[in-house]
Amino acid sequence: MKSVSSWGRLSCEPHHFTSLLDPSSVAAELAGADRPGLAYGMGRSYGDVCLNPDGRLWSTAGLDHLLAFDDKSGRLTCEAGMLLGDIQRLCIPRGWTLPVSPGTQWVTVGGAIANDVHGKNHHRQGSFGDHVLRLTLARTDGTLIECGPDEQPDWFAATVGGLGLTGVIVKADIQLCPVAGPWLETETLPYRGLTEFFELADSSEADWEYTVSWFDCLSRDVRGLFLRANPSSEGGSAPTPRRLAMPFAPPASLVNRASLKLFNAAYYQLGRRRASRTLQHYQAFFYPLDRIDRWNLMYGPRGFYQYQCVVPREGGQQAVQAMLDKIADSGEGSFLAVLKTFGRRQAPGMLSFPMPGVTLALDFPNRGVRSLALFEQLDEIVAAAGGRLYMAKDARMPRSLFEAGYPRLPEFTPFRDAGISSALSRRLMGN
Amino acid sequence: MEALRRIVIIGATSGIARHCARAWLAPGPADLTLVGRDAERLARVEADLKARSPGSQCHSLPVDLLDPATIEATVATILERGAVDTVLIAHGLLPEQPACQASLTEAWEALVVNGMSPVLWAEAFARAMEDAGRGTLALIGSVAGDRGRKSNYTYGAAKSLVATCAAGMQHRFAGTAVRVVLIKPGPTDTPMTAVLKADGARLADVAQVARDTVRAIDRGVPVAYVPGRWRWIMWVVRSLPMAIFNRLDI
Repeated sequence: MKSVSSWGRLSCEPHHFTSLLDPSSVAAELAGADRPGLAYGMGRSYGDVCLNPDGRLWSTAGLDHLLAFDDKSGRLTCEAGMLLGDIQRLCIPRGWTLPVSPGTQWVTVGGAIANDVHGKNHHRQGSFGDHVLRLTLARTDGTLIECGPDEQPDWFAATVGGLGLTGVIVKADIQLCPVAGPWLETETLPYRGLTEFFELADSSEADWEYTVSWFDCLSRDVRGLFLRANPSSEGGSAPTPRRLAMPFAPPASLVNRASLKLFNAAYYQLGRRRASRTLQHYQAFFYPLDRIDRWNLMYGPRGFYQYQCVVPREGGQQAVQAMLDKIADSGEGSFLAVLKTFGRRQAPGMLSFPMPGVTLALDFPNRGVRSLALFEQLDEIVAAAGGRLYMAKDARMPRSLFEAGYPRLPEFTPFRDAGISSALSRRLMGN
Repeated sequence: MEALRRIVIIGATSGIARHCARAWLAPGPADLTLVGRDAERLARVEADLKARSPGSQCHSLPVDLLDPATIEATVATILERGAVDTVLIAHGLLPEQPACQASLTEAWEALVVNGMSPVLWAEAFARAMEDAGRGTLALIGSVAGDRGRKSNYTYGAAKSLVATCAAGMQHRFAGTAVRVVLIKPGPTDTPMTAVLKADGARLADVAQVARDTVRAIDRGVPVAYVPGRWRWIMWVVRSLPMAIFNRLDI
């Protein structure tokens, strides 16, 4: 048995652990399983979507082979355990990049599909699943299913964003995007208030590939920095960023009201002063937190929650403002308050998170009932606005909010694999 | 056009070996010969490396790694295409110590795969490098070879055979342009240690171990512990007086 935590470190429970080593034997391995299992990649999801306490985890770390890459078409075929960072490092020098990349490169292709992750360019490129051309799914009955947008599209729509519950993704074909090089032309703009944020977001959509914003959730008037970027064809040697690491979990969270105030004020002032156009390497722009290994330890032994929701644009500003007011009232808050608009497009998966609207993400140190009470208040606002929470981040949403936020659940259920279960599926789907 | 650097990897489907191959191809193309036991797994590794580095040459040779005559013949085949720059001997298996104690067949296999066979491969390449007057020969040993411990001494004994062979070859090639490198990894996250991982052991990241390994080989470091902290841990383990050591459950 191996004790496994997800990124939020809210639990650390024993799991039966199996390393999948060969794609051709995955289906047989699954069929021979003695208990319900779940595919496990890098464990970078925050809540319980990647956990299966007392059950089995099938680690895909050994399924990390690149199977083919066509420099002419940009089509990449790889096993499901290949890391997004590995793809970027290999393909960017060859003129191709992942069209969608989340905030860390330490995730597997399988995990990126199963959570249908999004990035700072959702308004242009949608989510990860939009660029998957085909995938192979192993089921616990020992069969393999090949599917894609044009081949068994129902299986594909269930598996993209399907949280690993339809089977174990063994390999996938991904369409990469042409790119001139590793550099981005970035611009940082300070803003005050949500109205200004939405104006910036809307006016940037046409001319900027990437947009995102950080804001200080402790300031009532929403002080923030709006970041936007476009790929750049400029040259220059890649920096070798100094990698830092949290050596161990401090006895208490380093994130508290005093440190937050200080950090947020400093971050805002520094960002404001730097506010201008600069050339940034893609690693620094896409994956700023990857520079600190195991930054999640910062929240101490009790771990942390991330609360990420999306609400439709209509009434969205009011809903976000209402949530920020509740958070300010509670005195809780995070280094990483992120606000981003999603584009007007339908996500590829039945349980995909992105929908047209605005998404808000915040980290909260785990303070037990105090944190949970705040989340309940936020839930009410999300539900009233017709929004949903992101399951890759969630560890606690009530079933009612899940069912309201994901109306395609009944359509998804028949595609579930009876031999697969996760802590999240038991919490939100009953099995 | 400048000739590609010629690298031969024995046990090329092992976790550390295939990550070393990736690390070697990262800065630019090379000429790789991949030797392993299982043709299918070799083909998978070869496809991965070719896709990563289209400018590289990759050749797979599936052979019996344990038979002296086959080793002799395989090395001769490899040398037909000319001298090699770097050889990495990386195959191994992690036996369960109780099984080695209960069954001499298990113990024999562990000793042959982890000790005898790597030493024979090294001997065959050492001859070629001696003739060529250059080359780097790297062997994967283990921290387990530094001091016998009850939890894995059969494996450790085989790895100390490799270490002694490497030391002898370093002595033999002193003052020449032939380098012999002994890599001593600590427990690393590879298919070989999947059982340890399932038991909850903390294992080093194989990509990082491979990068450190490649750096040590390319610099010709005589003995490299990877990750580096194992040099100090094993110094302590070796230095412990038996009275204390025997009380430890390691």
